[in-house]
Amino acid sequence: MPDRPAAGRAGQAAKTAKAGKTQASGKTRARGDRPADRAAVRANARGDGPGGASARVDVRKTYKLFIGGAFPRSESGRSYPAAGPDGAVLAHVAMASRKDARDAVVAARKAVAGWAGATAYNRGQVLYRVAELLQGRAAQFTAESVANEGVPRAEAERAVTEAIDRWVWYAGWPDKVAQVTGSANAVAGPYFNFSVPEPTGVVAVLAPAAPGLLGLVSVLAPVIATGNTAVVVASETVPLPAVTLAEVLATSDVPPGVVNILTGRTAELAPVLAAHMDVNAIDLTGAAAADRAGLARLAAGNVKRVHAADDDWAAPPGPERMLAFLEIKTVWHPIGI
Amino acid sequence: MTSVSTTTPGADWEYAPAPESRQIVTIQREYGLFIGGESVPPASGEHFTTLNPASEEPLASVAQAGEADVGRAVASAREAFETSWGRLPGRERAKYLYRIARAVQERAREFAVLESLDNGKPIKESRDVDVPLAAAHFFYHAGWADKLGYAGFGPDPRPVGVAGQVIPWNFPLLMAAWKLAPALATGNTCVLKPAETTPLTALLLAEVIAEAGLPPGTVNVITGDGRTGAGLVGHPGIDKVAFTGSTEVGKQIQQTVAGTGKRLTLELGGKAANVIFDDAPIDQAVEGVVNGIFFNQGHVCCAGSRLLLQESVADAVLDRLKRRLATLRLGDPLDKNTDIGAINSRQQLDKIEGLVAAGEAEGAQRWSPPCQLPARGYWFPPTVFSGVSQSHKIAREEIFGPVLSVLTFRTPEEAVAKANNTPYGLSAGIWTEKGSRILWMAGRLRAGVVWANTYNRFDPASPFGGYQESGFGREGGRAGLAAYLDA
Amino acid sequence: MNADAVTGAAGVVAAGVTAGAATPGAAGSGMVGSDAALRQILHGLPGVDQVGAQERAASLATRSIKREAKLWALETAVRMVDLTTLEGADTPGKVRGLCAKARHPDPDDPSVPPVAAVCVYPDLVALARAELAGSEVAVASVATAFPSGRASLAVKLADVADAVDAGADEVDMVIDRGAFLAGRYAQVYEEVRAVREACGAAHLKVILETAELATLDNTARASWLAMLAGADFIKTSTGKVTPAATPPVALVMLSAVRDFADATGRRVGVKVAGGIRTAKDAIRYLVLVREIAGPEWLTPELFRIGASSLLNDLLMQRSKQLTGVYAGPDYFTLD
Repeated sequence: MPDRPAAGRAGQAAKTAKAGKTQASGKTRARGDRPADRAAVRANARGDGPGGASARVDVRKTYKLFIGGAFPRSESGRSYPAAGPDGAVLAHVAMASRKDARDAVVAARKAVAGWAGATAYNRGQVLYRVAELLQGRAAQFTAESVANEGVPRAEAERAVTEAIDRWVWYAGWPDKVAQVTGSANAVAGPYFNFSVPEPTGVVAVLAPAAPGLLGLVSVLAPVIATGNTAVVVASETVPLPAVTLAEVLATSDVPPGVVNILTGRTAELAPVLAAHMDVNAIDLTGAAAADRAGLARLAAGNVKRVHAADDDWAAPPGPERMLAFLEIKTVWHPIGI
Repeated sequence: MTSVSTTTPGADWEYAPAPESRQIVTIQREYGLFIGGESVPPASGEHFTTLNPASEEPLASVAQAGEADVGRAVASAREAFETSWGRLPGRERAKYLYRIARAVQERAREFAVLESLDNGKPIKESRDVDVPLAAAHFFYHAGWADKLGYAGFGPDPRPVGVAGQVIPWNFPLLMAAWKLAPALATGNTCVLKPAETTPLTALLLAEVIAEAGLPPGTVNVITGDGRTGAGLVGHPGIDKVAFTGSTEVGKQIQQTVAGTGKRLTLELGGKAANVIFDDAPIDQAVEGVVNGIFFNQGHVCCAGSRLLLQESVADAVLDRLKRRLATLRLGDPLDKNTDIGAINSRQQLDKIEGLVAAGEAEGAQRWSPPCQLPARGYWFPPTVFSGVSQSHKIAREEIFGPVLSVLTFRTPEEAVAKANNTPYGLSAGIWTEKGSRILWMAGRLRAGVVWANTYNRFDPASPFGGYQESGFGREGGRAGLAAYLDA
Repeated sequence: MNADAVTGAAGVVAAGVTAGAATPGAAGSGMVGSDAALRQILHGLPGVDQVGAQERAASLATRSIKREAKLWALETAVRMVDLTTLEGADTPGKVRGLCAKARHPDPDDPSVPPVAAVCVYPDLVALARAELAGSEVAVASVATAFPSGRASLAVKLADVADAVDAGADEVDMVIDRGAFLAGRYAQVYEEVRAVREACGAAHLKVILETAELATLDNTARASWLAMLAGADFIKTSTGKVTPAATPPVALVMLSAVRDFADATGRRVGVKVAGGIRTAKDAIRYLVLVREIAGPEWLTPELFRIGASSLLNDLLMQRSKQLTGVYAGPDYFTLD
């Protein structure tokens, strides 16, 4: 993929009309003065675009970042092309910078108190609602998967269905985690002693490249089900499902800042998050194997909890991805009159 | 523009009637039994009437399920267990249960109004407690359906089979949820027998279940009186019996089931002690007492029906309690400002009146705030008996009505002894600012549910059930799954 | 708290304060006995369970007040409003407008009663007094280095004197929250007592600033401290700190005044201030007053609502009750 020239061109496009509309449809260039222009406008009005006579022109989606419940472009103004396996450009996606990552962490931190402080029942309800919306958009996710990942339609459908069911699985966990991982402990003394799991805080998550939505759901849902907030770095090559997921989250009851999604270069964003002193944990799953050790070393700067695993995404998960981002708190209290 | 000119003082501020509309719910003239996914007439053609206890107005005609109907329902549940529901993977069962939870939320107002009409409880309670908790029970248990390997019963616990479930009239919809949700989540199928005086919300729930698309026969609802319940409990085709109701009937059921190999859980009566220490947060403790015995007109198995006051603060607390009771509003259950609704039936009202008369005869001092009882319907004013001793009938027998017996104690040990001095053991309350004393008391009270600085709090994640003659088995939480698993 | 305990408490407090007054500035020796005595009393009050208090307040918020009951509540609420402006930018023009509104909240409907009082800073009291001459609307003034309360007692008393000399009918003072949180209860007591004396015929409202006190236990303690020292009203907030008045806080204060009345026979009023913007909120507070303190408190003599934008919402809701049609803000005057 071309580096600077594309960024420059994409940056230029971002400054004018919506990114992606630089195709020769004639609309953005017509000024109405010269006969050729007027003709072009009339032709366009009839729908005589590049697709042939009377072919309807699609409204193309803009793929932006998702930070604090809003959809900003990168503060750097950059974007990059997301392509299908044949190289055909599908869209220009925002390319997040270190400052965007910084802003995402701020938004995630701000959301921790409210999300961790919500009742488990409430979190379960909110997550289930997300599943309802995912189901409603199943066709869109499938189409994006086919285009961006290049998988056959049947396989894409199966993966999207599995992703929805997996999200539902996690929606049922919040009010059960404490029962499964907590305990009352029989200490040798007149004390009541109990252990409860608590969310660790802000978790950076590097999403795997494939499968698009299923991999993303599998790394994100377990993090937020227990009350953490997340800064997700979407797969660099398969960013489209991440942005569509962001739209689902924005229209659900998930509070702003609980999930933040950055599209861009993993190699650029991962080290920033790995070294960030206000991030409590990092999931390195989406990082290239060769990069993981270096990122883990950066993470040691504030003793982050580090998790990295290449799961078989098709297989049912266990509770490990939730446990990785939970702290166990143990409390003592005397028993006496 | 005209206005109401007022120079009168605050005492004249009466809350105007604020009735919830009945229009939202459609009550059929006649209901059938819900068997095999559809409404069917009872084999005998026999029906009975269910009344609105606040007005004695007939609400609907409901089917009396006879032996043949019970047999049909059990067979239908068996078939669903072996060929449809019982074969579904947990994740699919989960999604059905989520649908039910959502539908109950969507039709919440309908359920609440219907519950208040059929049961007599205030709309404020059915709207704010019964219906939301029922939805929450389905929601919570839906999440267990595909996680049973993590519940602590082995990697792949199996369902028991067909459950016969008999529920009481005090929380009709909620009790149906408490029974159906865990049974279905764990893969069992059900035959549910609602109480004779309160069948309507169970029948509406059957409608919701049908719309949710559960395979026919997964849930069957058979209405009827005690004969139907006995027929169900005794039927050889069921694997498990779950009963919530009086201790007297619970013992009969235990006898019936003995030796049959059927699994059994019982949730029976109680005579809970609500203990107030001298360092209690007094105003909130008084609220806790009110909530403990007057919530749901005292028709609660875990009601705090015995108030144990530390003697040094007894008079002060009692004065405050009486002043607080004077603000309770008794009346039309559908009025949003009503705090105390109707007694569920003539029989229950007779029982309450009988026990209250006994209390007076035994020498306890009876007190009620001034209360206007409506002319029609079954009503009993909130009542407090002070100067009660352990030996009084009203301190020993479950009244199941808005009647509080007040006793005193001197020390924590004495409080424990008095609280435990009963064959019941369902619940207890402790009021004190001292954490260590809460834990000390909780460790010694023989009760399955202990509330500290609160009372009558329920949650699907929190196991509920009693010691001794209050029954055995737990409902809710991880512990509550055990009853429906072959572990 | 029973009557004996309160009388005894008042006696101990008085003795301690006298001893302290004999050696001015002796925050150490003379006053120590008094701080300790007050701590025994205040910390000996029954605790407040926060969750229980919140649940009771939430339960009372479900009361459904309709029709004639709602109309009565709206009109009563109007009569209980202390129409307030406490801004650095207050000018004579602003205060004139406020006073005009206070006298005739709805110029189109003379049957709407005037509000209880207008509340301003001390240097605007004389003007307010002139503007309200001939009406029943009282002039209330904040004082004692409002809103922070961070000044010497001498400065605070001078502030009160300014307000009283200018003709204020009511004085809203702030307690020294720093002193309270540091346990210097005798100092807080003495300041309230001294201000009460300086008020003369004017009524004293004591602002607790409950948000800064943080816990409901502290709200209960500060309420008792203020009442023992002679407050005519206890008030939740200055309105300059968020959150200001909340239902659980009001519940605790209403319980306190009821208990104090039982113990001493003296009824102290309650004022909720800050953040009460809608008629719905106001009616919820009236329900709390009725069911916690008692119907005797449902009068401007014993309950006030400090607000500014609330008034028009009360008028709009009243209009809806009377005409059946939803009103719009354009039909009600800003001042």
